[in-house]
Amino acid sequence: MEQLNVNLCGIELDNPVIPASGTFGYGYEFAELYDVNCLGTFSFKGTTKDARFGNPTPRIAECTAGMINAVGLQNPGVDRVISHELPKLKQCFHKPVMANVSGFSVEDYAYTCEKLDKEEQVGWLEVNVSCPNVHGGGMSFGTSPEAAAEVTRAVKAVTTKPVIIKLSPNVTDIVSIAKACEAAGADGISLINTMLGMRIDLNRRRPVIANTMGGFSGSAIFPVAVRMVYQVAHAVKIPVVGMGGVSSAEDVIEMMMAGATAVEVGAANLVNPYACRDIINDLPGVMEKYRINNLKEIIGGVQLWEKM
Amino acid sequence: MKQSIFTIVRNDALTDCVYKMILSGDTSAITAPGQFVNIALEGKFLRRPISVCDYDDTTLTIIYKVVGKGTAQMKAMEPGEKLDILTGLGNGYDLSVSGDKPVLLGGGVGVPPMYNLAKKLTAMGKKVTVILGFNTKSEIFYEDEFRALGCDVIVATADGSYGVKGFATTPLADLDYTYFYTCGPEPMLKAVYKATATSGQMSFEERMGCGFGACMGCSCKTLTGYKRICKDGPVMRKEEILWNS
Ligand SMILES: Cc1cc2nc3c(=O)[nH]c(=O)nc-3n(C[C@H](O)[C@H](O)[C@H](O)COP(=O)(O)OP(=O)(O)OC[C@H]3O[C@@H](n4cnc5c(N)ncnc54)[C@H](O)[C@@H]3O)c2cc1C
Ligand SMILES: Cc1cc2nc3c(=O)[nH]c(=O)nc-3n(C[C@H](O)[C@H](O)[C@H](O)COP(=O)(O)O)c2cc1C
Ligand code: FES
Repeated sequence: MEQLNVNLCGIELDNPVIPASGTFGYGYEFAELYDVNCLGTFSFKGTTKDARFGNPTPRIAECTAGMINAVGLQNPGVDRVISHELPKLKQCFHKPVMANVSGFSVEDYAYTCEKLDKEEQVGWLEVNVSCPNVHGGGMSFGTSPEAAAEVTRAVKAVTTKPVIIKLSPNVTDIVSIAKACEAAGADGISLINTMLGMRIDLNRRRPVIANTMGGFSGSAIFPVAVRMVYQVAHAVKIPVVGMGGVSSAEDVIEMMMAGATAVEVGAANLVNPYACRDIINDLPGVMEKYRINNLKEIIGGVQLWEKM
Repeated sequence: MKQSIFTIVRNDALTDCVYKMILSGDTSAITAPGQFVNIALEGKFLRRPISVCDYDDTTLTIIYKVVGKGTAQMKAMEPGEKLDILTGLGNGYDLSVSGDKPVLLGGGVGVPPMYNLAKKLTAMGKKVTVILGFNTKSEIFYEDEFRALGCDVIVATADGSYGVKGFATTPLADLDYTYFYTCGPEPMLKAVYKATATSGQMSFEERMGCGFGACMGCSCKTLTGYKRICKDGPVMRKEEILWNS
């Protein structure tokens, strides 16, 4: 029997497959289609202190092997997530869930995380530092080691559950940011968030997306994600959750060999709502093909070519 | 919602750039006219949302205009080929509030969803008037099909090359109706909103990521809160609409 279970920051997962934040709602849309308890866990929609409508539409642009989104963190705000969404989520999902949190100031992050940390079903806090810092001239927290570390410290100070910092790939040196988060007390790192992208409608000579730019994701970004997961996983001691363009069981194994302890799947869920279930079903067969008995044993196991 | 594989039975041109595709497969998830399906196409990352024109237990009819690469790919498909389709998406029209004499207004590729709606309303014994708006005579399709259902059909062309000269809203002034249903481009929907004397329902379009409520790609503001066009729509009641410009 192939062993699929992994341990993420002290919590056992039946398998490493995790739908990524923003592509799985609060789970119940997908629970209509299949039993979502087959998942390792899932990361719910990015939650902020206050309710947000997000950006104007159009918010979506298609690309070759991917898509751009500029949803802009639409969510009902942390209080309503706790009062309305989590009870519904609990009806269909019976494992610890990953709470994805966004903010526009260090205080926002701490406020939202502190509240979600008290929710019984929340297993991990996944802190998305790709958001612009309104007090820092709009620069994303995730683009500076100091700002990312400050968010990490603030969240760690008010929470008890494992804190996973989710990094943006839109930086020159992702390793320095990951290390700063680790030093500030992060329990794990997840990456990558979407890559900044843009499309232009030739007929209208306008950006396809009302917000001009948005986050590029889907299969096209997979090689960039594997590279960044590899770099970060080999530079920090805390577990790494890999994501970006994953759409098959082979992709999951590749991410794990690069260094991921668990793997998130984003845009693929939007195109094939059964993507995560299919990947989980395919994993044992693919493991057998590559002579893998226990997924835990391949984490970070990529062997480099010898230097000539 | 259901994901299943459909087989193309026919794929025929109705006009220069509008095609009708009949597919056979599992239609059990489709519950109301005005719903849509989301079609996966080889080599395209996102699915293409297309309204249900007509359906029965085993067949689905869609009508699509070739506007870009995806619809051009659909046009080139042959009977016997297969398509992966998500069915039963969106809320669809509420037929229970139509009154005795509903009017249906379809503009361009907003005409297709009116067809199964007209079929159901006439079957309920309603006196249905259908107004079909097109730019010009060569773009007209489905006039005879609506007549065959027993509806009163009025065709309006913007250039006056056929039927009434004007827009789908032009004939409204002289019409006695209890309720309206509409689908078409946004400028038309706005005109219908202004020109109608009764309550009604209109179907909206937006670029979609998923089509089933998971990504928040298609949100809009309404007087009754934020809604996802794909899941809480595409049909909205006139009373809840908040135009954003
Ligand atoms: C609920 C709904 C019902 C629809 N019903 C019909 C119908 O019955 N008949 C019909 O001809 N068309 C319909 N459309 C529009 C149809 O979805 C687009 O014309 C089609 O997606 C264009 O695909 P393409 O690859 O040819 O164009 P491209 O421009 O190459 O497509 C690029 C991307 O933009 C999206 N896109 C482009 N135009 C639209 C649009 N108007 N609305 C939403 N997404 C768009 C595509 O889906 C794709 O993701 C409907 C749209 C929606 C939202
Ligand atoms: C529609 C959409 C919405 C997203 N919303 C969020 C979000 O709220 N919070 C977050 O941390 N990441 C969000 N993401 C990023 C994904 O979680 C993921 O990091 C990224 O898409 C890369 O994975 P993928 O290529 O598998 O999609 C979103 C992505 C998409 C496509
Ligand atoms: S298109 Fe994804 S929520 Fe509507």
